[in-house]
This record gives sequence, structure tokens and C-alpha cells, in this order.
Amino acid sequence: MNPVWIILKRELHSYFATPVAYVFIVIFLILTGAFTFQIGGLYERGQADLIPFFTFHPWLYLFLVPALSMRLWAEERKTGTIELLMTLPVTMWQAVLGKFLAAWFFTGIALVLTFPLWITVNYLGDPDNGVILAAYIGSFMMAGGFLAIGACLSAVTRNQVIAFIITVTVCFLFLLAGYDLVLSAIQGWMPQPIVDAIASLSFLTHFSSIIKGVIDLRDLVYFGLIIVFFLIANAVVLDMKKAS
Amino acid sequence: MAIAVGVDNGKAFGRLLYSRLRRDHSQQFCKLVEIDKSISVPVKVLETFPDLFGLLCWQTVHAAIIRGDAAGESHESLEITIFRAIRCPLSGKRQLSYGGQTVVIEAKGLCKLYGDITAVDDLSFQVAPGEVLGFLGPNGAGKSTTMRMIAGFLTPSSGTATVCGHDIQKEPIAAKTVIGYLPEGAPNYPEMSCGSFLEFIADIRQLKGDTRRARLDDVIERLHLGPVLHQAIDTLSKGFKRRVGLAQAILHDPQVLILDEPTDGLDPNQKFEVRNLISAMASDKIIVISTHILEEVHAVCSRAIVIAHGKLLADDSPQALEARSRYHNAVSMKIGDGTDADSVRNALRAVQQITRIEGEGNSITAFPKDGALLLPRITELANSHQWRLDELHLEGGRLDEVFRDITTAEGNA
Repeated sequence: MNPVWIILKRELHSYFATPVAYVFIVIFLILTGAFTFQIGGLYERGQADLIPFFTFHPWLYLFLVPALSMRLWAEERKTGTIELLMTLPVTMWQAVLGKFLAAWFFTGIALVLTFPLWITVNYLGDPDNGVILAAYIGSFMMAGGFLAIGACLSAVTRNQVIAFIITVTVCFLFLLAGYDLVLSAIQGWMPQPIVDAIASLSFLTHFSSIIKGVIDLRDLVYFGLIIVFFLIANAVVLDMKKAS
Repeated sequence: MAIAVGVDNGKAFGRLLYSRLRRDHSQQFCKLVEIDKSISVPVKVLETFPDLFGLLCWQTVHAAIIRGDAAGESHESLEITIFRAIRCPLSGKRQLSYGGQTVVIEAKGLCKLYGDITAVDDLSFQVAPGEVLGFLGPNGAGKSTTMRMIAGFLTPSSGTATVCGHDIQKEPIAAKTVIGYLPEGAPNYPEMSCGSFLEFIADIRQLKGDTRRARLDDVIERLHLGPVLHQAIDTLSKGFKRRVGLAQAILHDPQVLILDEPTDGLDPNQKFEVRNLISAMASDKIIVISTHILEEVHAVCSRAIVIAHGKLLADDSPQALEARSRYHNAVSMKIGDGTDADSVRNALRAVQQITRIEGEGNSITAFPKDGALLLPRITELANSHQWRLDELHLEGGRLDEVFRDITTAEGNA
């Protein structure tokens, strides 16, 4: 068996052996429901689509994903099991990938469990299911991006609270990179190309085009690159900790 | 030079099979030396004999232990039986593979710096098959750091270590495959059940089929984990957690076992059990344990390395370390009622070979001059003066005292 798969299995097993999995899924489902109906006004809009549902995903992920990712490495370091894991015959890459994929797969499960909403809109009207599928894929990719950032930052510290707060902050900056809140801070003194580059890093910009049904390969590639970049950073951080 | 199998570079790795009496002619005193203990000593081979049937299962070597400084090499005749790397045709058991590999763990100039602090300072040593190496040192001496570097958890600042010929830096996976490692404090995944944790380790170690089942059954039985197999690890007692950690380390039947404080925090019964377990495995593995419990060194180790402040301060057998103690060969006694302790002291003071007499009241310890053997003389005195002695024994040496001497001398320097 591939070590990545073995580690993935063990991680998932751990999620469900503790209340983490159930709390996460229940809170995620309650919040998505509440936002979609109460604030998004799914009924009042009179349109058979899931845009009110997906619009709130970035904001939900902003708090829920760091809560999931904060324990990835910080907890291993705290309990000392990282010493066990890293002295087993697995490479650093296999450990990084196994842990990340387990967390990603888990958010996938939570996402799939929102299927009653999809049934609801199909019952009420005749939505474009292609757009909905695209939005689900986009949401899943975005969750992966948040998780990769969180995993990397979780490797930096042994304190889960610190990992959580830093991850929320960094994810927030990535979310709003295309908006004035972030851009006004750099616009004055940075050259325009850099400001544009930072603006193009915005999760929100990329995600909002996906949920409208515009599947641009570049948006998916963008999230893919974010994941790859932060997983490499994750391995580098672990390597530095090993040497320090 | 006619080199016997297993004798390499002037080092013989053998196992003393027979109890032997070393006769000290000048003192007319016999002392029993190691029985069936693994040894590793520098020797000069004098003669070799094949085994009785010429099967080359073992060879008897007459060799001389080389002791002392270059100027005055004193030779001591020694008979060593050396095994070759073969399976015994009758039992099918694996014999010690002394023929091919002579060094299994080698640390070459290991250094570890944490910022400005030097945790491990240019540490080099080798561990040969059949050895149980005890890593001794005060807390913070660099024991754990060294073990972590050998096990591949930490990257050395300089230097490296090889395990079974695999460099831990260049071939980490190959090296980690042959190592079983118990980290300090025996960390386990607390939310997993004991059984599923061991299954996970078996998966990662790529154990399959019958071997897997047999290995799992073996460690569960050896460490008595049966009753807690379905319990979550964080609900287990400290002793059980430690046993789960040990089970994890020996699950793949590794050639090399590195155990960081395996008995720390266990109760006396559990310590006893763990030591028995280590001793039972010592015959076909190379075991390195770290400890600051000195009795443990006696109980399980065939060799001890003392480190403090990251430096290697002593490397010897526990017996030889003890011999460094001023108590080595001293005689302690307890005077019984009806005998005047002061008159005993006076009689002892008259003995030539005694340099010093210590102790208060009824307890007396007599220290020998130049390692002289006092016991026969004192027994003689006791008989002729009709002393009543409640207790009389020969001190082997006090390891704790030697340990304190070695480690604190360095600290003050």
C-alpha cells in the first residue's frame, strides 16, 4: 500500500474517532443552511439556482477551514507523534500529502452532505445543474487552497490557537486581495504591476466567476497552484524545523 | 594474520559461551567473569580452531585482549566462540550475523547546535552486533538529541550516522526500515485504539499476509496488550502507553532497536518486565537505550557510553566503569554484637594492603591499595580474632559514584 494512502486513512480515522468530524460537519451544514435561507434569501429571489448558497462559502471557510487545519501539524508536534511519524519509513512528501489529502477529502464529505439543497432547488424549479456542479468543484478547490495555507502555517507552530489566528488572517488577506481593503494599503507605494499581481491573487475574484458558471480553466489552475505552492512551503517549513 | 571469521580489523565480535574462571595466581583468588555475554573487545588473534564437526557454524579463537597503553600492552588469554551468519540447521533460528557486518550503527562526528547552544558535540561511536549499548548521562546531556539524529528525526548540524550501511541523510527510508524507534515519552496517537494503531504501523511497515498476523500476535502477546486492544490509547495507563510504544518499535522485528528512556515513569514491576523484554531480544538485535537510571545499565547493557554536555566522556562495559570506582574491590562489613568495632578498625589498619578505612559505628569499609584483593586477608583476620560479622561483602564498585565523577568533572572544567 502506498504510504500516502495509509496516512490518509489514519488521519480520516482520527477525525471520526474524535468529535472534530461531527462538530465540523454539523456546524457547516447548519451555517450553510442559515446563510442560504435567511441572509441569501433563496426563496425570496424566486430563482432556481444555488448562488445564495455558494456566495457564503468563502466566508464560512474563512473560519471553519483554519479550525480544521490548525491541528494538522501543531497537534503532532505538541503530542510528540511527529517524532514517531517522521521516523517511520515514509518521506516528508508522503506525510505532507497524506495529511493534506485527508483534510481535503473530509471537507469534500461535508460539501457532499449539502446535497439536500441541490435536491430542493431541483424540486422547486429547473436550475442549470452544470453551473451547480461547476460551483461545487470551485468550492472544493477553494477549500483546498485554504487548507494548504492552513497546513503550512500549522507546521510553523506547536500552538493550535496561534496556527488558527494566523491562518484566518492570511486567508482573509487572500480572500480580499482584489478589494480596496487590501489594495489601498499598497496602492500608494507599490508599482502598478505588483498591485495588479496581488489583486489577481484574490480568492473571491476567482471563486465568484466560477459560481456564475463561467468555468475558466485559469481559475481552477489558480487554486491548484495555490495548493501546490503551500504544500511545498509546508515541506520546507518541516525541513527547517528538522534542521534547527 | 590468520583472521578468524568474525574477527575484523583486530576486533573480535563474539559471545562467551562458557563460564570461565579467571585465576589470579598471585592472589590465589578466583573470580567468575561474564557468562554468556556479548562482548566486543580489541584482540590479537593467536590461534583459531574450527568447531568440532568442521561445520563452520562457529569457530573458537584463542586471542589476547589488548589492554593498557601502547607502551605496556598486557595480554590476557581469552577464548571466544564466534558464529557465522547462518541459520542453525536444527532450530532454524537466525544466528548472530557476525561474519559479514561488523558495525551496524556508526555515528561519525555528530554535532547538533540549537542556536548558540551545542547540544551534541562531535560524537563518534560504533555499535556492533549483539551489543546492548546504554546511553548514560544527566538530563539535558544530549542523549535524546543523539538518538533523534540516528533515527532520522533531526538533521545533524554536521556529521552523520549510518545504520546497517545506510546513511541516514542519504538513504533515510532504507535506514528507517531497519530501525525500530521508541521516542522519548512514547508518543502515540491518543484517539486511536491500541489495535488500530498497531495496524497502522503494520501498514506503514509494509507487513503483509501471514507475517503481518504473526508479528501482530507476537507483539500483542509479548507486551500483554490483549486486554486493551480495543481501548483508546489516551484512556490507558502510563505503563500500557509505554508498552504500546514498545510494541510499535518492535513490530517489524527490526535489526536495530533504539529506545529512548524505555522504562522512564514505569513502576518497578513494569520496569522489570521491560528489561526482561530487552534482554530477551538482545541476542539477535542491536539495541541502543538511553537512560539515567544506573541500575538499568547493569540489568541490560553490555556496554555503556557516558555523555554530558554533548561530549563522549566514557565508553566501556558496565563492569569496567564500576572498576573505576574507588569502591572497586573494597570490602564492607557490619560488626555484630559482642565485637568491638574499634578493635576491628585497629586490626585492619595494620594490614599492609589497606589504604583507608571508612564508615561509622558498626559499618566499616576497607579500601585496598592498588586494587589488591582484601577479602581473603580479612576473612583470615576475622577467623583468627573471632570477630562476629553480621555482613561481609566485596564491593564491585559504585556506578553512581563513577557516573557523578565523570559527569561533574566535565561540568566544572
